[in-house]
Amino acid sequence: MSNSSMGKKVVQWFDYRLPIFTFMHHSLVDYQTPKNLNYWWNFGSLAGIVLVIQIITGIVLAMHYTPHVDHAFDSVESIMRDVNYGWLIRYLHANGGSAFFVVVYIHIFRGLYFGSYKSPREVVWWMGLIILLLMMATAFMGYVLPWGQMSFWAATVITNIFSAIPLVGETITTWLWGGFAVGNPTLNRFFSLHYLLPFVVVGVVFLHLWALHRFGSNNPTGIDTKGPKDTVPFHPYYTIKDLFGLSVFLIVLLAFVFYAPNYLGHPDNYVKANPLVTPAHIVPEWYFLPFYAILRAVPDIWFVEAKLAGVIAMFTSILILFVLPWLDSSPIRSARYRPWYKQIFWFLVIDVIVLGISGAKPPEGVWLILGRVATVYYFIHFLILMPLIGRLEPTKPLPGSIDESVRQESGTQTSETTRKHS
Amino acid sequence: MAKTPAPSATNLAHGGETRRDFLYLATGVVGAVGVAASVWPFIHQMNPSASVLALASTDVDLSRIEEGQSITVLWRGKPVFVRHRTPSEITEAEDADFNSLPDPQSDMERVKRREWLILVGVCTHLGCVPLSHRGDYQGWFCPCHGSHYDTSGRIRKGPAPANLAVPEYVFLDETTVRIG
Repeated sequence: MSNSSMGKKVVQWFDYRLPIFTFMHHSLVDYQTPKNLNYWWNFGSLAGIVLVIQIITGIVLAMHYTPHVDHAFDSVESIMRDVNYGWLIRYLHANGGSAFFVVVYIHIFRGLYFGSYKSPREVVWWMGLIILLLMMATAFMGYVLPWGQMSFWAATVITNIFSAIPLVGETITTWLWGGFAVGNPTLNRFFSLHYLLPFVVVGVVFLHLWALHRFGSNNPTGIDTKGPKDTVPFHPYYTIKDLFGLSVFLIVLLAFVFYAPNYLGHPDNYVKANPLVTPAHIVPEWYFLPFYAILRAVPDIWFVEAKLAGVIAMFTSILILFVLPWLDSSPIRSARYRPWYKQIFWFLVIDVIVLGISGAKPPEGVWLILGRVATVYYFIHFLILMPLIGRLEPTKPLPGSIDESVRQESGTQTSETTRKHS
Repeated sequence: MAKTPAPSATNLAHGGETRRDFLYLATGVVGAVGVAASVWPFIHQMNPSASVLALASTDVDLSRIEEGQSITVLWRGKPVFVRHRTPSEITEAEDADFNSLPDPQSDMERVKRREWLILVGVCTHLGCVPLSHRGDYQGWFCPCHGSHYDTSGRIRKGPAPANLAVPEYVFLDETTVRIG
């Protein structure tokens, strides 16, 4: 009793000078959250947890890894064979990377479906997109570190993307490489940046949450919270729900780690990098495939050669998401009340999957054509359908409040019968 | 005494304002130049270092390359193809109507001695190493994204925008060539 009150006093003393406990209490315990969040809302906190897993496993791996072209491949093999539990930590990190993208892609599509990018959450959306871009750069550079054949050739192909820039392209690639080809200086700087960027991501995650907590989470109805009836405190309601989601997620991640650790990898990456031999079929990691498909799909357009046009299309496909809040002309957030948008949302999901598959295939015949069609549709979705549908579609009536929609959902029959009785 | 301060005060106010603007601008410019100058080392450190630049040339012994054979040597960390062309490959390269090609160049512009074709073995698309004696034109074929090069290393088909580059080289004697 005296101990706990003593502890309380220490906390109060500290909190008065640096209100960190108040801050944590506000953002986790008092934080009023819409009470109707479904499981699609688990993926935000899940992404945060995966980021922590990646940072912890990554720091440990860096203790055993040597960023030099002569030693990198062997040091990774030594992690796999000699370092105590090295295999576990490396497989967690490698599969954790894939898991991170699964979680984040679901998180993004959830935002698209329920209109979480719309006013007043545009900046939340931007911060999220910046995190995505940083993640992509981090994942790419991380993939280069084991210095296998796929590492080397992925680095070569991706850095050559910058050579498409008119006039200064060659200068930029030489600068990126620190030589005339991908080599030791490249490996060293990639290691440095691969270590740095996750911490930059942590910083942007704070901005993402700061902007989020300004107006609170969106919810499946997309309508604003109107009072205490619409919300529950984050703790314990969502801490427990997030923990449950986390345990399901860990089952899936660990199933990969223990039973199929190399399923998402490429066997060629267990061959040491050789600058004289390109593997027969270079494919990026699965999470880059849709973008890779766009890169290859574009032919010569007027005076722009295919290489540059492809690069522009690929970067635009992500950058276009930054202006999505203004391309979408509908005042209603959630696809639940937007029957037409709901349809094109699922078309977009299919479109991105088709892009992913065609990105994995050699760019020939039917796959090249499919890749082109899917690329065109991707841009049609954002540039034509989003502005148009918002203006034309007949929307469904919105519920009066979150509370009302929850009551309607949870007991459609009872509430209807009670209404009839009364 | 009472009269003098008034005009000088307006002068001061007027002159002080422009002087302040000038100082403000000048400080800003000096600051910007200073920042740029101190940022430059941090940008330039990523360019090739002296040791990388020092290893800039490679000598190749040609006497061991048979007619019809193509070897690959490493120069500045990238592959260079040295190909001993057969007479039929030479005629094919010279007779092609080069004006209709994506990157028009005659075979003459690309070789110093007709039988020796020396090229940077990096696909001009996205930097893979093309495979020799493959593809529709029996020159090179890039396995990554399907570019076909002819026996002069010119792009004939596929996504690559340019011909395989010709590095700087000199024949030191009958059987030795120095690349770079």
